[in-house]
Amino acid sequence: MAGNKVIEARKINKFFYSPAKTQVLKKVTFSVSKGEFVSVMGKSGCGKSTLLYVLSTMDTDYEGELYLDDHLVTGRSSDYLSRLRNEKIGFVFQFHYLIHEFSVLENVMIPGLKLNKKPREELEHIAVEKLKIFDMYDHALKKANQLSGGQKQRVSIARALMNDPLIIMSDEPTGNLDKKNSDLVFGIFRELVQEFDQTMLMVTHDLELASKTDRTIEMEDGMIISHR
Amino acid sequence: MRFTLIVEIAKALMIARIKQTMVAAVGVTFSITMFIALLGFMNGLNDLLDGLILNRTPHIRFYNDIKPNEDQPINLSREFKDYHNIIRSIKPSVSRVSIYNNEAIIRTLQEDARVLGVAPKIAVQVFFNVGNVDIPGVLNGVEVEEENRLFAFSDYVVAGDFMDLRYTSNSIILGKGAADRMMAEIGDYVQVTTAQGNRLLLKVVGYYQSGLGELDNLQSYVSLNTAQKMLGEASSYITDIQVKLHDFNLSPKLAEEYRSTFGIDADDIQTVNAQFETGSDIRSLISYAVGITLLVVSGFGIYNILNMMIYEKMDTIAILKAIGFSGADVRNIFISIALSIGFFGGLLGLVFGFLACLGIERIPFETEALPTIKTFPVNFNPKYYMIGGIFSLVTTYFAGFFPSLKASRIDPVEIIRGK
Ligand SMILES: Nc1ncnc2c1ncn2[C@@H]1O[C@H](COP(=O)(O)OP(=O)(O)OP(=O)(O)O)[C@@H](O)[C@H]1O
Ligand SMILES: [Mg+2]
Repeated sequence: MAGNKVIEARKINKFFYSPAKTQVLKKVTFSVSKGEFVSVMGKSGCGKSTLLYVLSTMDTDYEGELYLDDHLVTGRSSDYLSRLRNEKIGFVFQFHYLIHEFSVLENVMIPGLKLNKKPREELEHIAVEKLKIFDMYDHALKKANQLSGGQKQRVSIARALMNDPLIIMSDEPTGNLDKKNSDLVFGIFRELVQEFDQTMLMVTHDLELASKTDRTIEMEDGMIISHR
Repeated sequence: MRFTLIVEIAKALMIARIKQTMVAAVGVTFSITMFIALLGFMNGLNDLLDGLILNRTPHIRFYNDIKPNEDQPINLSREFKDYHNIIRSIKPSVSRVSIYNNEAIIRTLQEDARVLGVAPKIAVQVFFNVGNVDIPGVLNGVEVEEENRLFAFSDYVVAGDFMDLRYTSNSIILGKGAADRMMAEIGDYVQVTTAQGNRLLLKVVGYYQSGLGELDNLQSYVSLNTAQKMLGEASSYITDIQVKLHDFNLSPKLAEEYRSTFGIDADDIQTVNAQFETGSDIRSLISYAVGITLLVVSGFGIYNILNMMIYEKMDTIAILKAIGFSGADVRNIFISIALSIGFFGGLLGLVFGFLACLGIERIPFETEALPTIKTFPVNFNPKYYMIGGIFSLVTTYFAGFFPSLKASRIDPVEIIRGK
């Protein structure tokens, strides 16, 4: 499975200053290789989400270095980072963030439209294909707020896949779902890794799910305590 | 494509909040409507009032003023040459009021490219003899066709045909006020006596009404020939040369120029009627001020609605930023919203403003003083529509500027973590 590093964090320190100066990430160093399915575990409040926001390039207020696809992204302009997120990173949140004003199909298409590298018809075709992977094609023309929680989460994964990103990061993607839906979503993740060689980084509380990933990074109090 | 995506998102956000969006647009529509109606009406009035005086006033008038001789005898005396001489009770000399060599002057003026036309005139002081009462008056001897071309003479001839003045010998067009006083009907004869004592019978062929009572009581019109005949002067006798220019702003400069070349007096319209300009300017200023005030108020409406929209759509903004929209993209989305409210609201405002102007133009407005006016005057100058359109876009842009800046600075991490 080992290949070149898709993402690499070197000695990431992160502080919060309010109410008092606290260090939330302490010298976090690790990397994820192409096609790897990595999970991050740890107690509540140990800094998993914070780490994920740093890795996603949305949070730029940290010390240390972050490499994406062997390129340094630390210190780059916010426009550059926006483009990078659009093209190379797919993000799935715990709470299914869809844009309610748009249909399911449009929601999936938006990252593609934003990237603006393919004609609209082709993007529509790609979006339909992605929806079919998740059995959501029947709902393509519904408004986003007409879906159930599990359905929304599947749509947001489809959206994360839209531009065929280097890596998909997800913060407790199953945290808000029941057992059945959670298994379904995890099944999809596995399938993506196995069939499409998709690189995946997932924060989770669920030990059972974590045990089914290629590697689990365990955190405690802002530090990585084990790679397994 | 990138642009259409931003517009698409802006449209979706507006449709989601269609009621507020409409309210904001109606605010813009209302203020632009008022702006156009006000400016159209005010400037219509301006044109009317200006026309009352300015259109009928020559841009430059050449004449010989009656004044004391510059060279008083004592100044010529060698003995008192170096003294400071004070002379009391000087009387004007018997100078000619007629303009010497006026044909050459007129020819020179007509050859000047800046000059629209030249009309000679003779002013004659007379008395109308009605029974045993003498009514004072001023007869203007004019060249009928030129007078009409340059000063819209026919507009103010309210009864009779103005061309009769030219074709009927010894004819007169009486000022309406004077005619009423003399109870002179068209076709009647009136007797006039000039200051020199010449008497003449003149046939009334029409009434003249300028709208300025003072003027109508005093001024009457005869042809140039008739005036010369009354004064017993030759056909070269002229007391005034009236000049109309293509651009009346040049009048002070031209007056100055020709005053020294011809060595005669020259009045220009700007110096004589400065107060009219001021009046017009103040009226325009008021209408601009009212229009802009309304726009600013509607701008605050847009500002509020955008702020509310941004507050409600924090999640959407956070998602957009997470999936790769930059701050500038987010700002453009909200600026587009503001500008489309401004554009469509403003466009409707221009249409309604135009309709309002059409409406105002149909309201009857008849007054004794203004014989040519039947309804309220309105100015339809496209300039005001341009200004209105630009204003609506500019104010909505500024109204949208700060909210969209705020939206562009939203930190997606904060929103996502906040859930
Ligand atoms: N904006 C902030 N200001 C100050 N402290 C913060 C802020 N955000 C998070 N923290 C603190 O940072 C620490 C790490 O938070 P983080 O959200 O990364 O935890 P987590 O591991 O994701 O927990 P959970 O499993 O509950 O989601 C916590 O102690 C939290 O209180
Ligand atoms: Mg968390």
